[in-house]
Amino acid sequence: MVTPAGAATDTVAAVPANSAGPVKPAPWKDPHAKPYVEIERVTKSFGEFKAVDDVSLKIYKGEIFCLLGASGCGKTTLLRMLGGFETPTSGRILIDGEDMTGVPPYERPVNMMFQSYALFPHMTVEQNVAFGLKQDGVAKGEIKERVATMLDLVKLGEFGKRKPHQLSGGQRQRVALARSLVKRPKLLLLDEPLGALDKKLREHTQFELISIQDKLGVTFVVVTHDQEEAMTLASRIGVMNHGEIVQAGTPAEIYEFPSSKFVADFVGSVNIFEGKLIEDEPEYVRIGSEELGGTIYVSHGISAAPEATVWAAVRPEKVFMSTAPPAEGPDNVVRGAVQDIAYLGDLSIYLVKLPTGKVVRVTQPNTSRHAEAITWEQQVYLSWDSTSPVVVTR
Amino acid sequence: MRRALWSERFGLTGRGWVVLVPYLWLLLFFVVPFVIVLKISFADLALAIPPYTPLLQWDDHNQLAIKLNFNNYAFLFTNELYFKALLNSLKVAFISSIICLLIGYPMAYGIARAKPATRNVLLLLVILPFWTSLLLRVYAWIGLLKANGVINNVLMSLGLVHEPLAMLYTPFAMYVGIVYSYLPFLILPLYANLEKMDWQLLEAAEDLGCRPWQAFYKITLPLSRNGILAGSMLVFIPAVGEFVIPALLGGPNALMIGRILWDEFFSNRAWPVASAVAILLLLLLVPFMMWYQSIQARESAGAR
Repeated sequence: MVTPAGAATDTVAAVPANSAGPVKPAPWKDPHAKPYVEIERVTKSFGEFKAVDDVSLKIYKGEIFCLLGASGCGKTTLLRMLGGFETPTSGRILIDGEDMTGVPPYERPVNMMFQSYALFPHMTVEQNVAFGLKQDGVAKGEIKERVATMLDLVKLGEFGKRKPHQLSGGQRQRVALARSLVKRPKLLLLDEPLGALDKKLREHTQFELISIQDKLGVTFVVVTHDQEEAMTLASRIGVMNHGEIVQAGTPAEIYEFPSSKFVADFVGSVNIFEGKLIEDEPEYVRIGSEELGGTIYVSHGISAAPEATVWAAVRPEKVFMSTAPPAEGPDNVVRGAVQDIAYLGDLSIYLVKLPTGKVVRVTQPNTSRHAEAITWEQQVYLSWDSTSPVVVTR
Repeated sequence: MRRALWSERFGLTGRGWVVLVPYLWLLLFFVVPFVIVLKISFADLALAIPPYTPLLQWDDHNQLAIKLNFNNYAFLFTNELYFKALLNSLKVAFISSIICLLIGYPMAYGIARAKPATRNVLLLLVILPFWTSLLLRVYAWIGLLKANGVINNVLMSLGLVHEPLAMLYTPFAMYVGIVYSYLPFLILPLYANLEKMDWQLLEAAEDLGCRPWQAFYKITLPLSRNGILAGSMLVFIPAVGEFVIPALLGGPNALMIGRILWDEFFSNRAWPVASAVAILLLLLLVPFMMWYQSIQARESAGAR
């Protein structure tokens, strides 16, 4: 007989292949693939403070690599080092095999889209976009043609004669994009590219950005603090904290297989239960958690010292909520009272308070218009699959 | 219900009063004196106190006669001295503005790019000379520049020169005085302009292939245009009519219009001619002032 838990085990083994990515094997999985951008043990200190601390990264051609982190985590400093605006204190950066140490920004095959867009206010849209080409001494006719093509690509063909202050935020963002792409850089750096746009426009622009990147094949490195933005845009995400890359991987890897409490908590929302390993077998582990007031059964082995403190992370959408006790148990099942409900239309968020005082976050899609509503103060059972918890040791 | 004050019946509310005071001030201390000067410029010289003929006069037939005398203006246009003095004043003011700009731009730029804490100290240093009277500061320059003054003494003791350089009472001394006195007027508006500058634009320019000096030439300089013009006007306009500095430092040969005016008024007691000079000078400077105003308006509107 195959238990639901057993069935789930098979899925777990298959997950890495399952993650989103291009059809051909991803270059970062291929040991022979030549990285396009190599960041080798780069550190940047400002006095005592290490803004970027011993970061090594390999970025491949055609990728959209997102550096994700809270403000002050060093992501912008790393981006500025790629652009040549900051010099690494130690370590080096190679772009397309060339060492960029000591190469000033104006000689790098790299362009940057600034967070503030940094459009030249005294120039028209056309002049802004043409600026870099003119600087390189490109022939006049060619400049005109390339600027026109680029403005068409970002759908600003009719706005060439306007000044930046006559444009909306979204239009400015696209001028900045056109200006940084028109020189056909090997690498495009984007600093919070969608930060200044409102939500609707941001979603729309995200997809536009991906399609433009796809068309031109330029490698993108994007800095963002918005995990949703990173998830949508990125081929891979590097999560940064205190100047270090704490985890790098595809959006699905980062979300489903966070390597630490920090990543689990930073990307999406999560319920984290502290506990101790009670049973540690190659096929499964059982964790006793005082915080939860129960045990957590995880259907795969982990590598941790026996008796070690571990954390089990369960995503809110992977928690089931029911008024009747579920068939499984007693593992992975707890009882609690609904403390708060947030109705978001497509889904609802429930905050359920356990007898231990811990509040668990549960999201449920509102699949039916006339569902029997769970209300405040109601006693409910929470449960999850044995494949759902991610166990982290730090 | 409160009864309206008498002043409110004339549309004078509290806000009106606040606006009225400076206008009254201007009326009393600018418009009225201006009208008096204008009046004198159309009068004739007379051996009287004050030394000019009245504009309005009852004649023998009980008729009020207005006598406008245009000879003063005609005199100015026929006598080469005034034209030369005016031209020279414009030249001195122009050259002074250029020198101020050459010295003041790097200073304003340096202050604008300094750390905020340092910035205040540097600004204070620029404003500090205002705490002493202009006259004292110009006199101090006499002490520095004269034959046995500080500069000559230092140069001689270092053995760089064998006899004192003749600096005082030369155009050089006059330019030193004007540039020194008016430099803050150029630095402050230019600093205010540069301080608003988005320095990321320079990074963007470098990112697009500009060397730092190219970025300065293509981005910073055009964007600070309003600051440059406003600051230069603040030097140029008062420097055209400058009297004290040329008189004290420039020696007897400094032919400036302000000097002529003073001589006409005090030495020759030719009040009508002096007034005509003043009116012409004012008319000449009005376009520059209006230009300055429009720059200021543009600057505060934020459009570049």
